[in-house]
Amino acid sequence: MEHILTAIVFTPLLGVLALFFINRENANLIKTLGMAFSLLAFVISLVLFLKFDGTNPNMQFVYKILWIESLNVSYNVGVDGISLLLVMLTTFLTPLALLSSWNSINKSIRNYVMMMLLLEVGMLGVFVSLDLFLFYVFWEAMLIPMYFIIGIWGGENRIYAAIKFFIYTMFGSLLMLVAIIWLGYYASTLNGGKFTTDVIELFNIAPTIPLAIQTWMFLAFGLSFAIKVPMFPFHTWLPDAHVEAPTAGSVILAGVLLKMGTYGLIRFAIPFFPQATFEYLPYVAGLAVIGIIYGALVAMVQPDIKKLVAYSSVSHLGFVVLGLFALTEEGVQGGIIQMVNHGLSTGALFIIVGMLYDRRHTRLISEYGGISKVMPVFATMFMIVSLSSIGLPGLNGFIGEFLILIGAFKSDYLGTPAFSILAATGVILAAVYILWMFKRVMYGKITNPENEHLKDVSKREIAVLVPIIIFIVWIGVYPSTFLNKSAASTKQLIEKMENYKSGKQVTNDR
Amino acid sequence: MVMHEYIGLVVLFPFLGFLINGLLGSKIKSEKIIGTIGSGVIGIGFAIAAVIFFQMLSSPVENRSHVIEIFNWLSVGSLSINAAYQVDQLSIIMTLVVTGVGFLIHVYAIGYMHGDKGYWRFFAYLNLFIFMMLNLVLADNFLLMFLGWEGVGLCSYLLIGFWYDKKFEKGTTNDAAMKAFVVNRVGDFGFLIAMFLIFITFGSLNFDTVFGRAAAFSVGDVTIFWIALLLFVGATGKSAQIPLYVWLPDAMAGPTPVSALIHAATMVTAGVYMVARASIFFALSPSVMLIVAIIGALTAILAASIGLVQNGIKKVLAYSTISQLGYMFLALGVGAFATGLFHVVTHAFFKALLFLGAGSVIHAMHNEEDIQKMGGLKSKMPTTYKTFVIAALAISGIPPLSGFFSKDEILWKVFDAGYWPLWILAAAGAALTAFYMFRLTILTFEGTPRWDKGKHLNELSCQPHESPKVMTIPLIILAVLSVVGGFIGIPAALGGSNAIEHFLDPIFERSNSILALGHHEVVPTEYILMLLSVVIAVVGILFARHIYLKRKDIAENLSKKYSGIHNLLWNKYFVDEIYDATILTPTVKASDKLLWKIFDVGIIDGAVNGTAKLINILSGYTRRMQAGFTQSYAAYFVAGIIIILAILIIR
Repeated sequence: MEHILTAIVFTPLLGVLALFFINRENANLIKTLGMAFSLLAFVISLVLFLKFDGTNPNMQFVYKILWIESLNVSYNVGVDGISLLLVMLTTFLTPLALLSSWNSINKSIRNYVMMMLLLEVGMLGVFVSLDLFLFYVFWEAMLIPMYFIIGIWGGENRIYAAIKFFIYTMFGSLLMLVAIIWLGYYASTLNGGKFTTDVIELFNIAPTIPLAIQTWMFLAFGLSFAIKVPMFPFHTWLPDAHVEAPTAGSVILAGVLLKMGTYGLIRFAIPFFPQATFEYLPYVAGLAVIGIIYGALVAMVQPDIKKLVAYSSVSHLGFVVLGLFALTEEGVQGGIIQMVNHGLSTGALFIIVGMLYDRRHTRLISEYGGISKVMPVFATMFMIVSLSSIGLPGLNGFIGEFLILIGAFKSDYLGTPAFSILAATGVILAAVYILWMFKRVMYGKITNPENEHLKDVSKREIAVLVPIIIFIVWIGVYPSTFLNKSAASTKQLIEKMENYKSGKQVTNDR
Repeated sequence: MVMHEYIGLVVLFPFLGFLINGLLGSKIKSEKIIGTIGSGVIGIGFAIAAVIFFQMLSSPVENRSHVIEIFNWLSVGSLSINAAYQVDQLSIIMTLVVTGVGFLIHVYAIGYMHGDKGYWRFFAYLNLFIFMMLNLVLADNFLLMFLGWEGVGLCSYLLIGFWYDKKFEKGTTNDAAMKAFVVNRVGDFGFLIAMFLIFITFGSLNFDTVFGRAAAFSVGDVTIFWIALLLFVGATGKSAQIPLYVWLPDAMAGPTPVSALIHAATMVTAGVYMVARASIFFALSPSVMLIVAIIGALTAILAASIGLVQNGIKKVLAYSTISQLGYMFLALGVGAFATGLFHVVTHAFFKALLFLGAGSVIHAMHNEEDIQKMGGLKSKMPTTYKTFVIAALAISGIPPLSGFFSKDEILWKVFDAGYWPLWILAAAGAALTAFYMFRLTILTFEGTPRWDKGKHLNELSCQPHESPKVMTIPLIILAVLSVVGGFIGIPAALGGSNAIEHFLDPIFERSNSILALGHHEVVPTEYILMLLSVVIAVVGILFARHIYLKRKDIAENLSKKYSGIHNLLWNKYFVDEIYDATILTPTVKASDKLLWKIFDVGIIDGAVNGTAKLINILSGYTRRMQAGFTQSYAAYFVAGIIIILAILIIR
């Protein structure tokens, strides 16, 4: 089983290689192959999910082999409860994203499918890397296909959006690169003169770094991740990128890419630099709460559905960050499950917007109205996804938001329930912007004659949305399936942080 | 067979109905089958609940409360929440009302919704509503209760906007639906924060655990104060009290059976149920109790006064509902928890009946809702008329109908607790109630028909006629219940035993002992007040009859003479407009102009793009440095050395 992670990460790459041998005109075969390889990765990841031991807090399925001897860099992969669900989310959403764009992408289809598969490799690599160098390689590698997906298959203003996306994230990652090198060298001074980027080793070494230096490293890592999340006020690349990206690009961008930021925070920034975390935690939580309210208010007034959903992501991801920085079991578990929830709900929302766009080639809310009448099945699915997004109990979003809010409410680190109370107003605002949008798009009389003969969802479109809806309900009704996987790792992290806080030395048992 | 163990089935059947009609309804097509499934699942639920109830009656008092676990819903850290149902005196009464009245309304809807293209969808939503409502009243913890709480809100939203392409007042039905959902969410925010406080204070969200531990707190505790206040904020949303009542009148945009079931008999009483369930928090916070009582009394009188002048048949009933809910909160606020519940039950009967009667009228009048365009329907639809009058008498408080007992009990408890200013408000509200109810009845059913002139009926060859049996039979059953329903709570003063209060006693035992409320002695004052409230009701009714049957000019003169007040009432005190101008419009405008266009696009993105531009410009200059001239490179070189040396020397 030690190669299962490698198998998952590189299965899509095999797909890319296979595509090189396919005639670029043979669109159906290309799409089918793309689907097949991404589905294969999903199937293997299912095995991973089932074999994963939720009671074990440590890294599992670890495989480590020396890669660059002079730098002491290894190919080192493994998953714990925190990364497992994100791996699952990635392998689950990629085939659905491909299927969602089955008919809407016609330009150089082979390159498109290749880019999507490469993107999947990068994302999976990020979530399983246990070596910072390897992590950085995947982190950057993933930028390239996303850049092309926006820049080639995007909307009118795609070049601007692609470059903005690229430079914004690049700026953050360069800071992170500096911090990684610094961290590796600093570790060598504490580690008997050996440069290291091994994450497990750094879990023990990094927290012993003096606060002054920790702070700089925390800020460098933190900024890089904050841009990716994106946290207020580093979010302005997101609306542009989403609006210009093709549907599948938006789905992956919102569904998985943004989670790399929040994942980075909980995987590296927090456990590496606990003292700096304690120092800056109220500010981070403050930005998160501003993001929740600000994102919601700005989402409310968007005339463009895609921009609305994009800003809603700023709001939703604010919840995730708040939960993670509450550093309570409820908060962090909520944050993790909310990453998955946001991937499902917002991913589905972008798919839905894409379905409307495929039919009408506009994203302006004012162009629609009364669509329920002509597309009743679509209306039902859209409604369920919307309700998931506004955190209706019984669906997934509520579980995440509730845990985050209750975790933040009781958090000693945050010290005041004010963060949680302010964040909870986001729950009211979410109902406003989503239902208002839903009303203007779906209800009322059809006023635009172009909408009178829209076709309801096809079998393919149902096949894209139904799996997501199943998980939306599943997580809402029986979240234990997923929470149990992340429980032990979260608990261990929380205990470690408590020990750092109280000044107790901890030893890591790998 | 111990039936309470099967309480899960009561909840499950409506859900099955929802799934069957929701997934297959469009294929089933037959209204008969859809309607039978939809009502049948509720009927089965009622039957099981009734058996549980009678078994409970025959078991000893200490053995009447049971928790039935279904599965573990959410478990993280110290938080562990079961999907579990608590069967006890309080929840079984609510369950009986929800499934019983719910069943009758489902049956009625079979006829009312006949021919609607969304027939299956309607029954699916209605079943889902019952499912959620049962979760709300049967939950053994706050979180599951909250699931039901928001779930019924969702169904309310879906059903208010059921005719999604229909116009309603200034907008569409969906405007009303959205308003309901969002206003409710404001209340839910309070509920949510209350839950967090409960969790950090008691380490649990489970009713038994929390209430048990709360009993150890002293009266006036600050945390408990906030918990009680925030829970009450939640209740003002769902149960349409000041300041969050504004959604309920608009909720009338939904089909009438929905108004009867959700916006009169069941969902809107959820707040009353919740406060009663969590009565210990309120008993421990006298100041919140006072707030509850005042808000209740004010809501009762405010809504009743608006009801005086409205012309929409359902609108009047909506304000009447708000007003009656006010009475329930008034009861809770003075510590008469069981009495509040008693009024929930009787109100469910007569208010459901009023709405269904109104529906029958609207049905006959081909969707006309304006009572000024009705009149003289008495002879055309005798069953509707008779049952409507019974309900109107019941709500007015005429003995021995159900409303008399519950309302009189509330007034007495308010007086007995020493809140005479509130008593005056409540008594005045009762007078208004009797008046507007009979204004409504008379304008609708009596006098000369005004509908034949209306252009809306000109196209019709036939005249208004009585509704089919499937609609009138539920009316008759509810009428019977409106008459006899009060007998479950005949006070000692009238030789009764106040059965419902005794039945509920164990639920409120702790709260009552904190409030030191015992069973009072019968005193002469009670008889005097009772007589007084009957007189008030009778006068109100007679006054309405006098004006609207004989001297319509009085009404016209009054409204002309006091046109300011009339205008104020007609426009519902302009509360919607005030909310619009102070909260909604500013928020939307500020978000659009200030936050989005100026701050987000202008400042933040401006800074980002500005930096990019700046770098672009600067690099335009620095680029010139690499012009390929060796001389200039040498010059840079020398300059660099000088600068470095200078720095070294200075240090």
